[in-house]
Amino acid sequence: MPKDHGIGASIKRREDVRFLTGAGNYTDDINIRGQAYVYFLRSDVAHGKLNKVDTTAASAMPGVVRIFTGADFAGVGGLPCGWQVTDRHGQPMKEPGHPVLAQGKVRHVGDPIAAIVADTLEQARDAAEAIELDIEELPAVVDMKAAVKDGSALVHDDIGSNLCYDWGFVEENKAAVDEAIKNAAHVTTLELVNNRLVANPMEPRVCVGDYSRATDDYTLYTTSQNPHVIRLLMGAFVLGIPEHKLRVVAPDVGGGFGTKIFHYAEEAFCTFAAKACNRPVKWTASRSEAFMSDAHGRDHVTKIELALDKDNNFTAIRTETYANMGAYLSTFAPSVPTWLHGTLMAGNYRTPVIYVNVKAVFTNTVPVDAYRGAGRPEATFQIERVIDQAARELGVDPIALRRQNFIKPDQFPYQTPVAVAYDTGNYDATMDRLIEMADIAGFAKRRKASEAKGKLRGLGVNCYIEACGIAPSNLVGQLGARAGLYESATVRVNATGGIVVMTGSHSHGQGHETAFPQVIAEMLGIDESMVEVVHGDTSKAPMGMGTYGSRSLAVGGSAMVRATEKILRKAKKIAAHLMEASEGDIEVKDGRFHVAGTDKSVAWGDVTLAAYVPHNYPLEDIEPGLEETAFYDPSNFTYPAGAYACEVELDPETGKVTIERFAAADDFGNVVNPMIVEGQVHGGIAQGVGQALLEGAVYDANGQLLTGSYMDYAMPRATDVPFYQVDHSCATPCTHNPLGVKGCGEAGAIGSPPAVVNAVLDALNSGGIKVAHIDMPVSPSRVWSAIQKAKA
Amino acid sequence: MKVTMTVNGKSRSGEVEGRTLLVNFLRETLNLTGTHVGCDTSQCGACVVHVNGQAVKSCTMLAAEADGADVKTVEGMANADGSLSVIQQAFQDHHGLQCGFCTPGMVMSAAALLKENPKPTEAEVRHYLEGNICRCTGYHNIVKAVMAASGQDVSNIAAE
Repeated sequence: MPKDHGIGASIKRREDVRFLTGAGNYTDDINIRGQAYVYFLRSDVAHGKLNKVDTTAASAMPGVVRIFTGADFAGVGGLPCGWQVTDRHGQPMKEPGHPVLAQGKVRHVGDPIAAIVADTLEQARDAAEAIELDIEELPAVVDMKAAVKDGSALVHDDIGSNLCYDWGFVEENKAAVDEAIKNAAHVTTLELVNNRLVANPMEPRVCVGDYSRATDDYTLYTTSQNPHVIRLLMGAFVLGIPEHKLRVVAPDVGGGFGTKIFHYAEEAFCTFAAKACNRPVKWTASRSEAFMSDAHGRDHVTKIELALDKDNNFTAIRTETYANMGAYLSTFAPSVPTWLHGTLMAGNYRTPVIYVNVKAVFTNTVPVDAYRGAGRPEATFQIERVIDQAARELGVDPIALRRQNFIKPDQFPYQTPVAVAYDTGNYDATMDRLIEMADIAGFAKRRKASEAKGKLRGLGVNCYIEACGIAPSNLVGQLGARAGLYESATVRVNATGGIVVMTGSHSHGQGHETAFPQVIAEMLGIDESMVEVVHGDTSKAPMGMGTYGSRSLAVGGSAMVRATEKILRKAKKIAAHLMEASEGDIEVKDGRFHVAGTDKSVAWGDVTLAAYVPHNYPLEDIEPGLEETAFYDPSNFTYPAGAYACEVELDPETGKVTIERFAAADDFGNVVNPMIVEGQVHGGIAQGVGQALLEGAVYDANGQLLTGSYMDYAMPRATDVPFYQVDHSCATPCTHNPLGVKGCGEAGAIGSPPAVVNAVLDALNSGGIKVAHIDMPVSPSRVWSAIQKAKA
Repeated sequence: MKVTMTVNGKSRSGEVEGRTLLVNFLRETLNLTGTHVGCDTSQCGACVVHVNGQAVKSCTMLAAEADGADVKTVEGMANADGSLSVIQQAFQDHHGLQCGFCTPGMVMSAAALLKENPKPTEAEVRHYLEGNICRCTGYHNIVKAVMAASGQDVSNIAAE
């Protein structure tokens, strides 16, 4: 019988009611009396010298309040980068400046040149057209490999090259890896592109800056996954506003997927301009602006080599990756191709030595940073594609080859050769579950049926592992993070027993307002409806690091558990006093405090009332009130893992691929709300299918973004995907956080792209065509061309 | 110019410019912020409302064109007693929304579909919702919710 209460219950989401009735409060729904609107004049060339930005005529246009250019920000800090990577030679990465508004040069299409503040958006737009620009176009740097060759144009003249860093990991293992590859019985090599993606949360970015002359306080409303991080970065590094004078609010946020982690120029601008203009200043991105100003994701070009011995055991992996940083370093960009990618290259396997080389490159394109999965999809794609190809080359079953090399259940905790140590897992169990769910036994029959229609059918199976619950602060500090990655919670119990949890985690689709109370309800034996979650406002919640990297429950939830444990300890003292019993004899059950072995009990509400009306209260021993705060810093990452299967039908006449079946067997450890967890996996799979079959941000040789709208960038639609089968029953609980949870937000996007591509290649090769690889997105034209090439 | 239309059963008027889109009139003038803007090419469907009973992307229509029309937005979808309508309830029951941003458009499109086709197949639901993009749910639970709202048994969908 499924649970209907507490941890493990699929409770319906309370936040849905407001979203379903149009009562949500998104940033664009916020209007402040007297607000002005800003329109950003953005570069339409990828690379150019700004010879003149003349705003004289434009400033005189109707409704214009003020026009700002780079010169207005000369005395202001640039946008900071939150992670410093050290290169193979012990040198820090190159870290060029990132001005709020372009100074001297424009470096990508969409780089903001001027900001026009006016009474209405239309007036601001009209005035933008009257700004006189003289931009001397420079050669655009687009191709990463060409960018690092001598003689390339430079995105940043002052750093002397387009190489941000050349990172080697694990550098000490390089010789051993080279040796293992030299001595291997078989080496499979693939060259892979991990296509550039645009995160595309359905709500475009918005910010509203407000300033009070009365108190000298600033407020920024912004579409962020982590308002405290924005307060810290913008306040301390850009505008010099102390945290106690700056409030950042992220109300209902319409999806993030990583791209709303970062601190953006528009946030700093609206906050700065609110004081400069003495009016609230609002900016709402159009979708076209989002395409050219939201940080993009992925964009890796990789060569991977997998070495195997004569018995098909993996002996080494060596990779060389070019990772696009775009024109400037976005907030966490340097960490994505390094510590979120290199450390995952062991996958689910016992490969003894691994060497990962990453060259991060500046180009005249939009900055690239974390997008759902961030580094881990790139790692998974390489590993799982190369294993499939190795199986094909060796003529062995791809599932058997994986199983043979799995880390076995009795080998945990498992120290990988790439720094991380997996705490738990059972990869055979998820694979067994997958085989059953996906009805792999019935595949041959389904293939025959497809072939009878003149179609090809393919099955792609792969595993994945990710590192979530980001992250132990002392560890990431050593790796270059410039922030701690703990999370916070304040649990405030009111006199009448109701509870408010103020968390640094931020919910933008994940359902925290429903799931977090389930944990507290379970711990205290009270009803979920007595618990309210407050998030997204730096003036309410304690300093927290926000939501990304599938960390909210594992880190934020753990902070909440710790704070609730403190509440329980104090409440038991109060209960013991009220019942004249010993504290050690108090038990909590069904919302009452009982004296063990007696029929004496007091209700939760009696205890909470006593805490605030302390007439009969141990005042000599404890303070009145019932409110506790905890900061939780994890001791390790969590390691969700699983096995995915995709079945496709392929029309060899047109190259069209249809996804017929998709199954996902995940190990997320313990699960608080299965309904929400399954929804997270569904969404992740659709994004992974999107990457595999449809999506791709494309720049031409001049650095023009060819995919700048939904007319050109193919988002997955309802007709592109099937119903998915998902399962999370093979759970090995995390050993180092109090809930035993691992995180589920990114798994679908990490595990699914190789499953889809493996399935397409299986289909093609089943038709007697030899194709080793097709780059994503595996579009009909690419499939068709591969068929024609193989036939020729 | 002045426009007058019936919105969610009430007569509403306002001054608009010729270029004002219906969605902006609803959001900015009438403060009905449930209707959302997710793109600028009429692709995403976050702005779908009903105009004279037809599902319309309100970013593709001028406010002036809706002068005299009967308009229904997501704010007008709940039952008279304030409880969720069958479609809204099905979205909650089947977890057909996550961040909620595409949801108003999805609900309005789904309502229009069920009016035209009271028992749609899975393929018909997917086809009808092609003009509504959701980035969160992978559509699984949206399709399930719409089929459930039509009274069909969805308990075996994607059963293992």
